[in-house]
Amino acid sequence: MKIAIIDYGLGNLRSVEKAFHRVGADGAFVTDDPEEVRSADKAVLPGDGSFDSTMQSLRASAVDKIALEFAATGRPFLGICVGMQVLLTSSEEGERNERGLNLIPGKVKRFQGANLKVPQIGWNELAFSGSSPLFTGLSDGAFVYFLHSYYCAPDNEDVVTARSDYGLPYCAGLQKDNVFATQFHPENSGEIGLQILKNFAQL
Amino acid sequence: MLSLRIIPCLDVKDGRVVKGTNFVNLRDAGDPVQRAQLYYEQGADELVFLDITASHEGRALMFEYAARVAEEVYIPFCVGGGIKSVEDFRRILKTGADKASINTAAVTTPELITECSKSFGAQCVVVAIDPKHTGTTSSGWEVFIHGGRTPTGLDALDWAQRMEELGAGEIMLTSMDADGMMTGYDIPLTRAVTDRVSIPVIASGGAGTVDHVAGAFLDGHAQAALISSMVHYGHTTVGEIKDNLAVRGLHVRL
Repeated sequence: MKIAIIDYGLGNLRSVEKAFHRVGADGAFVTDDPEEVRSADKAVLPGDGSFDSTMQSLRASAVDKIALEFAATGRPFLGICVGMQVLLTSSEEGERNERGLNLIPGKVKRFQGANLKVPQIGWNELAFSGSSPLFTGLSDGAFVYFLHSYYCAPDNEDVVTARSDYGLPYCAGLQKDNVFATQFHPENSGEIGLQILKNFAQL
Repeated sequence: MLSLRIIPCLDVKDGRVVKGTNFVNLRDAGDPVQRAQLYYEQGADELVFLDITASHEGRALMFEYAARVAEEVYIPFCVGGGIKSVEDFRRILKTGADKASINTAAVTTPELITECSKSFGAQCVVVAIDPKHTGTTSSGWEVFIHGGRTPTGLDALDWAQRMEELGAGEIMLTSMDADGMMTGYDIPLTRAVTDRVSIPVIASGGAGTVDHVAGAFLDGHAQAALISSMVHYGHTTVGEIKDNLAVRGLHVRL
């Protein structure tokens, strides 16, 4: 079982890799080689930083096309944090109005509110909707680690598999067919996060 | 709802965890990797490592430790100390750290904050501010750098706001007056800074009891509390502190 963690020059990929290894998914590896991604059983698109810079890096390394191609094969694909946000159509973040991958139609919006500290940094609770196999074994109230200023607002709410609350209820996890995503960082979410990565590895 | 964070802080000198009083009189508190594992198991929400070694050897050791910590714990951790350039910042993140904190270089080269924020995202740029009450600035709290040795003439509140404007994602606020005293956080300072900025603030310096930690949240309005002496020397555990906070009705992750 090969799980390609896609390296496009940004982000802390090592922590995702070691977390997979911890749960026995020894086939997880970091790669920037398109061929290695294409031949993997599963792919992970991690993300840190801004929507714009992420999209630019994805385009510069042609990972945008590889990701779309991979998702179209029907094999499991997981976006994390900004790696989730770029699956949508567009974002309020950034000055260049970069477009997203548009795998899941929707907008990425900024948290707003008096007395609301932005970015949201820390552990927040999940409330699950539906029964995504990514969250097998977890129950409502599970704490996971978030680090973000923007959140996903998909056009079709049916893709939302988990919500959290920060000034408003927002999308914390989504799934459309074989494409999974989490706004939180499973690799930084202790035992619960490890369970989620294990679930992905076992899909 | 977002929970309040309890963050053990490990000051590391020449490969050992140490803790002083008012930034001096250091005492040994063990091996950094063992400590990190212990606090992870106790339920710490994040970890902070501050490299207080001046030497190159010490710096290299810190990278080594950070990489080992990254192998052992599955919660976020921040590394600070001696970061002077975007390259230094990148190296810290490469070890597996999730955030890096900048202190002295934020004062000497403020544009570094903007550059790091643009390159890696504001969420991983922590600005550490060490104020002391000198009465010489508009709020009375003056920013010190070089591990508390050099006064800057900068006002701590104005400085925190400026750091937010330049792209900081979080402020780590250590009261020099309270540090290591275990007599409580500097609540007026914490509240003044937290209410001034719209990014999260980590209260630091002075925690000795659960009352102090609760005070940082309830009266200081902080989003996170840094603790060190009270857990390093076996007075209590992270788990006990969080249980106690929960009993008082504070929202923590148990």
